[in-house]
Formats: sequence, structure tokens, C-alpha cells
Amino acid sequence: MITAAAQEREHYLNASYGIKSWLLTKDHKRIGLLYLFTVTLFFFIGGAFATLIRIELLTPQGGLVSSETYNKLFTMHGVTMVFFFLIPSIPATLGNFFLPMMIGARDLAFPRINLLSWYLLVIGGLFALFAMLAGGVDTGWTFYTPYSTTYSNTWVIATALGIFVAGFSSILTGLNFVVTVHRMRAPGMTWFRMPLFVWSNYATALIQILGTPVLAVTMVLVFCERVFHIGIFDPALGGDPVLFQHLFWFYSHPAVYIMVLPGMGVISELISVFSRKPVFGYSFVAFSSVAIAVLGFLVWGHHLFVSTQSVYAGMVFSFLSYFVAIPSAIKVFNWTATLYKGSISFATPMLYAFGFIGLFTIGGLTGLFVAALGIDVHVTDTYFVIAHFHYIMVGGTIMAYLGGLHYWWPKITGRMYPELWARLSALVIFLGFNLTFFPQFILGYLGMPRRYHVYPDEFQVLHVLSTAGASVLAAGYLIPMVYFVWSLRYGQMAGANPWGATGLEWQTASPPPVHNFDEMPVVTHEAYDYTTVLGEVEVG
Amino acid sequence: MANQAHAHAETLALREQFDTAEQQKDASTLGMWIFLITEIMFFGGMFLMYTVYRDTYFPVFALASSSLNAVIGAINTAVLLCSSFTMVLAVRAAQLGQRNAIIIFLILTLILGIAFLGVKAYEWNEKFQEHHVPGPTFHLEGTGEQGQAQLFFSLYFAMTGLHALHMVVGCGMLIWLLVESRKGRFTAEYMTPVDIGGLYWHFVDIIWIFLFPLLYLIDRHLGK
Amino acid sequence: MSEHVDSIKTYGGIWLLLLVLTGVTTAVAFVDLGAFSVVVALAIAVVKMLLVALFFMHVRHSTRLTKLVVLGGLLWLAILLTFTLADVWTRGLIGTPGR
Repeated sequence: MITAAAQEREHYLNASYGIKSWLLTKDHKRIGLLYLFTVTLFFFIGGAFATLIRIELLTPQGGLVSSETYNKLFTMHGVTMVFFFLIPSIPATLGNFFLPMMIGARDLAFPRINLLSWYLLVIGGLFALFAMLAGGVDTGWTFYTPYSTTYSNTWVIATALGIFVAGFSSILTGLNFVVTVHRMRAPGMTWFRMPLFVWSNYATALIQILGTPVLAVTMVLVFCERVFHIGIFDPALGGDPVLFQHLFWFYSHPAVYIMVLPGMGVISELISVFSRKPVFGYSFVAFSSVAIAVLGFLVWGHHLFVSTQSVYAGMVFSFLSYFVAIPSAIKVFNWTATLYKGSISFATPMLYAFGFIGLFTIGGLTGLFVAALGIDVHVTDTYFVIAHFHYIMVGGTIMAYLGGLHYWWPKITGRMYPELWARLSALVIFLGFNLTFFPQFILGYLGMPRRYHVYPDEFQVLHVLSTAGASVLAAGYLIPMVYFVWSLRYGQMAGANPWGATGLEWQTASPPPVHNFDEMPVVTHEAYDYTTVLGEVEVG
Repeated sequence: MANQAHAHAETLALREQFDTAEQQKDASTLGMWIFLITEIMFFGGMFLMYTVYRDTYFPVFALASSSLNAVIGAINTAVLLCSSFTMVLAVRAAQLGQRNAIIIFLILTLILGIAFLGVKAYEWNEKFQEHHVPGPTFHLEGTGEQGQAQLFFSLYFAMTGLHALHMVVGCGMLIWLLVESRKGRFTAEYMTPVDIGGLYWHFVDIIWIFLFPLLYLIDRHLGK
Repeated sequence: MSEHVDSIKTYGGIWLLLLVLTGVTTAVAFVDLGAFSVVVALAIAVVKMLLVALFFMHVRHSTRLTKLVVLGGLLWLAILLTFTLADVWTRGLIGTPGR
């Protein structure tokens, strides 16, 4: 029920005031909000680049910007979205906020390192922003050599430095999460009683720890080559550009799992709550997260099929790429089985969850197409690949992120968002997304190359459809911005457990007290045990 | 088990997110180990580059390697191994709560670490004098493949440089540990910073254990 | 505490062994072993690493989790190296132009 005394009660938002109390906080909840603010900012910067790209692509001759500028637009769109939005998004906002609470801990294992992680993201972001404002980078977010190391005249070093610093933000978050899950669980919170959102963030953290250092050293090498002309990636000096690609993709392939695994964790939570059923095959879903993390490290060569990588290596990587799809499929099957005979509610978070399942499935299946060596030779570097990964990153991750934000908003702020507007924007986003990216599958299959702004006339209709979709999508993203802010002042007050969910985070007040729990919880029941929850579902 | 004084020492160092000192120690140790494996992957990228290019350009790499002084390299390796020995003795002293011994061994470790860096600086200077530093004045005698030779030395400087940077950070850490030891901060019940500082120091030593043979000892029998 | 404290003798023994191995690897480098030179050098380095890790870093007394973490790190490095070398070493095996 709504607690009339909620306003006077002390919680993590009103316990201290002033900018220093935020910038020097050690509270994982406040740090989660600092991240929320930061990644949202970068999302809109990346979105601005996307807008310019889509406007440019309205006409086949591309008259709005020069080719050089266009190269900068797609590069900066990619860099911003990947390194400064998607990688931190769910783990650093929702993960930071809820992982400790879900396992019954007062905070993460290393709160000051957590704060440092945020500062590193901000500093890295500032380097990258500086590069963008000072003239931009035009190498593609993939920085292939020798263009990035020898020939490009743009701000490669500043951008590489920004990514290097942000990489350490990611590494430290991963380290913090792993130690926290191993050492800070409340009494009775065994591994197999943890919410699946924790399992996903744990698996993600493993990837962050093992993969990101390789990205860091790769950026160092690019820096050295550019500054000292050492020639490790320059064929003229005996270097091998494909070695750069190996190093880059050793991280960047697992990175896509950093981007999607936490989203999958959110979906497990949403599907369960809004069917009022435990997740079907809990241990399979838990293990599948770890399997994705491990297998994801064995497939990076599928980005190098046309790079002069050996055909034998290509075959091995292609074969292994099929395996990594299996644990993802296991999740989709288990979510579906969870729905069966469940008591389904179509609240906004559930709409996003449904959207995720459908769009992620399409994205994942098209991943299998490009994992096939023969097909990839034709569709690589076309819009087919772009559509594939946007279905996963936007149709998947961003949907999950929004679903999670809506689901946990009452816990974070003590307020409900307006359900009607929320459902409307979910629908707008879903429609806008499909209109934007489905035509891109067709475009790619027909041969439209990526990173080109001049194209044959016959592709224009599809590009116009895609740009129209992008406008709708943009509108869809703006609406929640407005009502989330609105809800902080005018939203309906939320109780401790408005959704009737299980999970320790719902056993404490909304917003939570500074130390999360007034008394250390002792866990005696399994995850998703709805028989023990007596909360009323306030939104139907 | 722990008497009042020790319990007090425990509580003093206990951070509020932890329930017990043991939990804090376990978490800190696990955290340091995880950090070390990120370092394995970080250095690993350079080891990969080195492996591929050494395999591809073996004769020139062997020639370039032989221009390094293997005896000085071996002596420096021994210096670093000695510093690992003194470091582990410092950790042992901390486990036994022997404040003076901790200080002595930390100082010895620091001296040996600085000695290592000093020898490194000498070696680098030698390379500079011999025009073996990649750049416009680079020239390695005995081969027409100057590009490949430059590759060796680029990797040599990058890898030993990255290692040296880690040594410098390690020395900074040792100084901090010294300052805190002198304050009497470490007891048998609370010596975690010394423990995990030791882990870091030994790790940097292990990196050098691989760097030395890989860089200095390629095909020495070719004679030079 | 319940920690295992090794003796100075143990540490000293390991230290001396490490120094000896350093001398050995340096000396062996001057002997013509052909392709085996690198194998021997790496083998000695691995032994030295194990001595430092097991004794100086106390891995032999550590928890299963710590051992798993160490193994994991080494395994991941192995993945990076072997899969990349699998590409580099199999290029040009089929007589396809450009491959």
C-alpha cells in the first residue's frame, strides 16, 4: 500500500544533499544513478549522429555531407553507442543498483572502486567527446589498420585514449561484481537461489575481466604505431593488419555479449514477474549465461572471414559460432515455457520483454546466416550485418534496458511512471524499430554496402522507409525521457512491492534506505517463489 | 581466538560493506587475483604480437636479440628474483606480526626494484647509443631487413617499457606499504595490503621471467 | 590466524632454485638445440613461474576459487594465442590466391 510517511522517511536520495554527496558517494545506488545520467547523455549524442546518418541516406547522391564527414558520422555513432552507452548501460546502472540488493548485501565489495569506475567512464567519454568536437574520427568504430594507424588524419589517438580509459571502467566494474557475488551473498543466498539477473551480470563481469584488457593493449599499440610509427600493423614495415583485427575482435566479439547478456537477465526477471511464475529451467538459464560468456570468446574470427585469415581458421570459427547460438536459444525456449500457463500481465515492462524476445530471436537467427562462411562472403560489410546487430543491440538490449528501467523505476524513485504513456511509447518504439531496421536486411541482401552514403537509385525507397522508421523510433525514445522526469514530481507514489515480485530488492522500501536493508536478510526460499509474496499488483 | 587488542585492530580496518574481517580479506585477495589475470590478458596481447612476428621473421629477430647483453639481462633477472624473495619474507614477517622485519624486507625489495630499473635504464641507453631505437636513426648491422629489425626493437621497448611502468607502480606501492608499516598499521591479524602487494610484485616478476628468455635468448648459439 | 606460514628455509630453497634455473636457461641458450631451444627456454620459464606462483604467491595453500582464477587467466591467454596462431600458421595451405 502507499505509505503516507514515505516522504519523511530517510532513504538513499534524501539522506544527504549537495553536489559533493553525489560526486564523492560510495553508495552503489547513487553511483548507479550517476551512470544512468551519463549513459543517457551518451545515448543522445550517439543518437544525434544516427539522425544525421539517416537524413543523409534519404537521397542516393548524399548531398548533405561530404564523404569524409560521413565517415566521421558513422564512426562516432559506433564509438559512442558501443563504448559509452551499450557496454556500461545495464550493468553499471541497473546492475550497480540492484546486484547488491538482490543478494542481500549492503553494497558492492569495493565501493570506492565503483566510484572510480564511473569517473573513468566520464574521463574516457570526455576524451572521445573532445575528439569529436575537435574534428572527429573517420576510421569506423573498428579502427582497422593501417588506415587508423598510418593514413587517417583525424583524432584517432584521442579517441583511442578515451576508449582505453573507458575500458578500465568496465574492467573494474566486472572485478567488483565477481568479488561481490562470490563473497557478499547474505546467509541462505546460495548460488542457485540468486535471481537470474545476478547470474547474467556475473557472466557479463567475467567477459569484462577477460576481454577488455586485450582491447586496452590494442589501443595502446594503435597509439604507439601512430605516434612512433613502429610498424606492427603496417605492411610497408613488415607488419600484419590482420593481427590488429585478431586483437580487436578478441575483445569486441565477447563485447557484444557484454552488451546483450545483462539484457537477457532483465528479461528473465520480467517474464517471471509478469507471468507470476518461476522461470522455467532456472539452472539451464543460469548456466546458459556462463556458457555464452565462455563460448563467446571462441568465435571472434567470424569477423575476419574476408580479411585473408586462413580458410581453415575460418571454418573453425564458423563452426564454433553455431555453438554459441545454442545457449541463447535455450534462454528463449525457457522464457517461452515460463509464459505457458502463466498469469500474464501486459504492463509496460512485459511489453518490452515480448519485444525483446521477438526481435532478439530475429537478430540471433540472422547471426547464424552471417556465421555461415559462404553466405558471409556475400553479405559481410553490407546492411545485412548492420540490421543483424541492430536487431540485437536495439531490438534486444535497448528494449531490455527500457523494460528494466520501467520495472525498477518505482524501486529507484518511489514513484510510478504513467502506464498509458509508457505502453504507448513501447508500441511506438517497437513499430519505429522495425520500420527502421527491417528494410536494412533487404538492402543488405540486395548489396547495399555499409559505410557508404552514395548508393544506386533503386535502393532509395528502402532507405526512405528506414529513415522514416528512425524518426518514429526517435520520438518513441523521447517520450519516456519526458514522463520519467515528470514522474519524479507527479508520479503516483509506489510501495515496496508494486508488482508483487519476489527478490530481496522488493522486500525493502521504495526508495531503499542507504544501507539497503534495515536488517540483514536471511534467505530461506528459492528464487521466484511466488507463494511467499503477498504484495498487491497495482498495475494490471 | 583473538584477544581484545587484536579484535580492536580487526575492527579498525573493517570497512562498512563487510560483515567480518575474514570476509574483507577474502574479498581483497580475490579482487587482487582477478586484477592480476586482467594483467595477464593485457600483457598477453603484446606476447601474441611478439610470438607471431618472431615466428615470421625468425632470422632477423635472432640477430636483433643477440645485440642485447644476455649477461646483464640474466643479472637483472636475478635481481628481480631476489626482490621477490625479500618481498615474500616481508609478507611472512607481516603474517608473524614482526614490524621491524616487515620494514627491513620492504626496504630491501624496494632497493632491488630500483636497481632493476637502473639496469634497465642503462640498457636502454646502450640501445640508444647503438642506434637501435626505432625511428629515423635506426640501424641494425648485419641485415638488409631494417623493417623487421625495427619490429623486434619496437616490441622490445614496448614490452620492457610496459613492464618497467608496472615496476614503477610497484615501487610506489612499496613506499606506501613502508609508510604504513612504520605507523604499525600491520599486525598478524591485519596484513592484507602487504599480502596483496606481494601478489602484485610477484606477478610483475613472472612477466619478466618470460620476457627475459623471449627477448634476450633467441638462438644465442649463432654466436655473437 | 589459520594461515599457513612457510619457513624461511622453504622460501630460501625456492629462491636458490630460481637463480639456478636462470643460470641454466642463459647457459643453454648458447647451445645449439635447433628448434628445441625455444621449447627448453619456455619450459624453464614455466617452471620458474610455477615456483613463484605456488610458493611465493601461496597458490599451493590457496582456495579452490583462487586456483580456478589463476587457471582461467592462463587458459584465456592460451585461447588468444592458439586461435590466432591457428590462423597465421595455416595461411597459404590451400593454393587459393590471396590466402
